[in-house]
Amino acid sequence: MANIKTVSKKSKAQSMGMHTEVLTGRTQQKFFNPDEAENFYYFGTYDVDFNQRTDLDVKDMTAAEANKEIDNLMSEGYGTIVIKNPQGKHSLGVGILNKLNLIFEGSLGYFGMGSCDGPTVRINGRVGWSCAENLMAGKVVIEKNAGSCFGAAIRGGDLICKGSVGARTGIDMKGGTIIIGGDAGAFTGFMMQRGRIIILGDVGINLGDSMYDGTIFIGGKIGSYGSDAVDSDLTSNDQDWLRRKLKVAEIGENFDVSKMKKVVAGKKLWNYDNLEPTEKKGAI
Amino acid sequence: MCGIAGLIHRGKSSNVGSELQGMLQALKHRGEDSTGYALYGDTDGKNFIMRFKVGENVGEGSSSIVEDVSVYDERKKIVDQTLAELGAKIVKEERTLPYSLRYEIDYDKKDLLDFSQRIESIPGVEILSMGKSLEVIKDLGNAKAVCDRYSLDKLIGTHAIGHARMATESGVDIKSAHPFWGYPFSDVSVVHNGQLTNYWNNRRALESKGMRFMSECDSELIAVYIAQKMREGASLEEGMKESLTGLDGVFTYFVATKNSLGMAKDTMAAKPLVLYESDNLVAMGSEEIAIRSVLPQEIDTYDPFDGEVKVWQI
Repeated sequence: MANIKTVSKKSKAQSMGMHTEVLTGRTQQKFFNPDEAENFYYFGTYDVDFNQRTDLDVKDMTAAEANKEIDNLMSEGYGTIVIKNPQGKHSLGVGILNKLNLIFEGSLGYFGMGSCDGPTVRINGRVGWSCAENLMAGKVVIEKNAGSCFGAAIRGGDLICKGSVGARTGIDMKGGTIIIGGDAGAFTGFMMQRGRIIILGDVGINLGDSMYDGTIFIGGKIGSYGSDAVDSDLTSNDQDWLRRKLKVAEIGENFDVSKMKKVVAGKKLWNYDNLEPTEKKGAI
Repeated sequence: MCGIAGLIHRGKSSNVGSELQGMLQALKHRGEDSTGYALYGDTDGKNFIMRFKVGENVGEGSSSIVEDVSVYDERKKIVDQTLAELGAKIVKEERTLPYSLRYEIDYDKKDLLDFSQRIESIPGVEILSMGKSLEVIKDLGNAKAVCDRYSLDKLIGTHAIGHARMATESGVDIKSAHPFWGYPFSDVSVVHNGQLTNYWNNRRALESKGMRFMSECDSELIAVYIAQKMREGASLEEGMKESLTGLDGVFTYFVATKNSLGMAKDTMAAKPLVLYESDNLVAMGSEEIAIRSVLPQEIDTYDPFDGEVKVWQI
């Protein structure tokens, strides 16, 4: 083995046999050929008409029954579905991989709208822990408060809570935008890797703890910074983007974004930038 | 994973036994090894109500050793003798189950430490609660099973806390079930969801100050910790605030006294709690569906933040 104390990081890793390939960025590989689009089938998707609207009362249904019925309605072409009496049930609206206008007339329990890709959702109530976990694309708007782990591990889309949220908002998020109209709890942005979080109110202790990348904008007071989270300059581009995003989200009208604090990761991980350079530029 | 629930009516009484049963049953998926109720009933306030056990439930799923029922009778006799020696008069006696008893006692001394130590020096006997309003009922099974077994659904009172337990740190038995009485304080009870990591350090320190532990369940530490703080002169809220740094680990817990109900959440906010608050009613639980069992209509609820302590009066 080479003297690992005297060689560079690159040759050290290669001499230890850890990797020999040339890192070119995963997004530069071809995962999908547009020429084959007509042969491509995305499981669980339907052609829906947004003008076709129906109500679904889930009061006496289990979460599995309710979710199955939503799927059935989409398969019949309904593009706007209003859910009545969710009454805090867990796991409602999960796994929707479709364009859909979904409206909940009431509150959801844990894991609502998890693993979705595409729907536009309005929840006229509150949500429990882990709302919209793993969201890929789409928009989820919560009119009241949300529990902890809001938007955990989301990869895309817009997740908006007009009230306050609990702890660990945006934990492990890998893309997308989370917007909070009120306050947020401890460990907001814990281990976040991509994407942006906007908090108009105060935020608790250990903000951005162990974050790899991504950006957090705070309008109020910060309880404390977590390890690896540091302040950054709020640019005019940031402000333009914040105004546009808040306007689209219909939240924080007349909020002075120029006074917001911008928090980013203070560390730089080995080879982290090499893995997905195109996506990273897009996120920033 | 355990579930906790609590509610307090302000300015009126209600059927808290039935209400808490509904809340805890909604949380039964969080654990149904045992379920416990701390109910604050409407009483005339003259006599103490002592709930105690002279043995364990050794039914299916129990981790306790089977004993002959005659042993329970022997222990009960010794309890009766000891009460007489202490100058406590039994006004009313109920034996719900062979191992579980409820006494109404005419006892005029305020210090319950000596009283409790004498009763609990009897092998196999544990006071589940002592107070002029509080009654702690806990047993194996889910909320409905325990409620039916002890006929709790008709109990009228102002507030209550309860616990649906999935046993992790200690056995499946009544002594490890919640709620815990805040020994030796009258009418103090505690339920907890979480895990305490400095249990033994705190336990050794508290035992050296004369406090007692009946189980090895880490949650019992909270009741003893708060009770010790109150012995030292702290208010309930002050004791709860000190617990945020004195207790290490992850927790959400409730404490109830004769006139109040409080909640505390650790500084990591690692354990869930959903809260509904109005002028007339405060209801809270590990999940919103617990609150929905008493308030099915659309309501505004929220998650308390990390390190938050709240106390409400009846």
